[in-house]
Amino acid sequence: MTTTVPPGVGSSVEQPAARPTGLSDRIRAERRLGWMLAGPAFAVMLLVTAYPIFQAVYDSLFSYRLTDPGNRSFVGLHNYWVVLTDALWWQAFGVTAFITIVTVAVELVLGFALALVMLKALKGLRPILRAAILLPYAIITVVSAFAWQFAFDLTSGFVNSWFAWLPGISADTDWFGQTGTSLLVICLAEIWKTTPFISLLLLAGLAQVPDVLQEAAQVDGATWWQRMRKVTIPNMKAAIMVALLFRTLDAFRVFDSVFIMTAGANGTETVSFLAYRQTIARLEIGLGSAVSVLLFLSVVLIAFGFIKGFKVDLSQARGEK
Amino acid sequence: MSTRERTWWIVAGIGIILYALFPIAWIVSLSFKSASDISNGQFLPTVFTWENYALILTGDASELFLPALLNSFGICLIATALSCLLAMFAAYAIARLDFPGKRIILSTALAVAIFPVISIVTPLFNLWRQIGLYDTWPGLIIPYLSLTLPISIWTMSAFFREIPWEMEQAAQVDGATTWQAFRKVIVPLAAPGVFTTAIIAFFLAWNDFVYGISLTSTSAARPVPAALGLFSGASQFEDPTGGIAAAAVVVTIPVIVLVLFFQRRIVAGLTNGAVKG
Repeated sequence: MTTTVPPGVGSSVEQPAARPTGLSDRIRAERRLGWMLAGPAFAVMLLVTAYPIFQAVYDSLFSYRLTDPGNRSFVGLHNYWVVLTDALWWQAFGVTAFITIVTVAVELVLGFALALVMLKALKGLRPILRAAILLPYAIITVVSAFAWQFAFDLTSGFVNSWFAWLPGISADTDWFGQTGTSLLVICLAEIWKTTPFISLLLLAGLAQVPDVLQEAAQVDGATWWQRMRKVTIPNMKAAIMVALLFRTLDAFRVFDSVFIMTAGANGTETVSFLAYRQTIARLEIGLGSAVSVLLFLSVVLIAFGFIKGFKVDLSQARGEK
Repeated sequence: MSTRERTWWIVAGIGIILYALFPIAWIVSLSFKSASDISNGQFLPTVFTWENYALILTGDASELFLPALLNSFGICLIATALSCLLAMFAAYAIARLDFPGKRIILSTALAVAIFPVISIVTPLFNLWRQIGLYDTWPGLIIPYLSLTLPISIWTMSAFFREIPWEMEQAAQVDGATTWQAFRKVIVPLAAPGVFTTAIIAFFLAWNDFVYGISLTSTSAARPVPAALGLFSGASQFEDPTGGIAAAAVVVTIPVIVLVLFFQRRIVAGLTNGAVKG
């Protein structure tokens, strides 16, 4: 592995060792320079996210559709009431939660297995594995969604003819005809695409587990499984939590695969797709904004739950999508 | 390692390679199928044909695909360059200078990274229409910064923190001017980190779909993923499957080239921030 990190190195505000303990105006000059350099990036980040979300909150308080802009009127929280009492929202929410839980759970197990193999792989094989595992990560989600859709599709697919020997699968099994099988294919595509990210983070975490501990446990007669449970996993808890947090938040925003494969048909609409459909397709700015704000709040709640519930140390995390 | 164990790891390794490459191999195979072969129910084409590539590169679908390819390259490269430039200054300040608010900047970057894109799109869609940025390059470059900037700041500051900044002073003691010391010592050390960050940021921008379909309406600015998503075939009676597969292969080529040449760096960049913070 290329990360040659000794355990416990670095925290996000660690200061360089040799710091001039100079005069106070020197410190002030440094502070000013610091903000002058970092300020533009900070301002741009606020501009492209904080501003839109405030605008969305504002818009969500109006009955406002672009097809009828003259009748824009303040309705308070009525849009939220409409959304939250509509079965459509709860169905989209359920589908999103389902996709999130299934994909993240499978990815964690599968990603861990991939990381273990990569850790143990022979030296010559390692660069090839690393390149191979990076490809799904780097490929456009839309392309991955098409690949999986065409594979299961009634006319272009090979899955039906390959797996016809399995009970329930025949030449005319229409995977995108029902909710359950559509969701299955969507989940498969998501899992294929994003497991590499989890496994790379877990691999970095695995590399950090001190060999000494492993050897000590082995000398004490611990089996492979015991070492895994008592030594390896507790020592890489931070890496696991960070990987889980990012994948959960990412999975909750699932959109591309749903758009390509089913376009929300057969009850496969996710929360992101609902927001998109209300705003961009139906031009219902008010209602769409309310859905967007609710999606934003859900993501904030998930992040907050993770940080509080699992005590994820975010100084160990980073801004990966 | 015993022979049996060795064999086991090799088999597992081949399993990983199959897992990663199988869907890619499938879309490549599909892109070489002729119209009559698309529904043959097999993995491979019976007759190998370039007709799908001809369709998207010179044929009827080229007026949909080629402008989208140009848009994607232009918009993603500009967004990557802008975010790398901004992130470079910020990461330098975070790694090198002592000022209150470092943690705020890093936490903001984290918050932006977990932000649901669709929540940004809704208000932008309306605003961009009002101020004339809808369906333009800047209208996508600006929101793309919300994808590329946070990761650039985190990845680059993780790289920059490892630079031994004392070397700059050492060079100055040896008689170099401040600028010389910076240029000759720090820039070469920082360059690999900046480059890696640029690749990862480019991947993220290249992958965007939500902004692409929501903030564009014509080939003036529509990027490839959005064009693919809305591709309905050269004519309504023709199944666009082969054309989409060929287009998918074309947009995947840059990704594969970057991964093959810079895999070591990309993995370092992806995991660096995560384990070093």
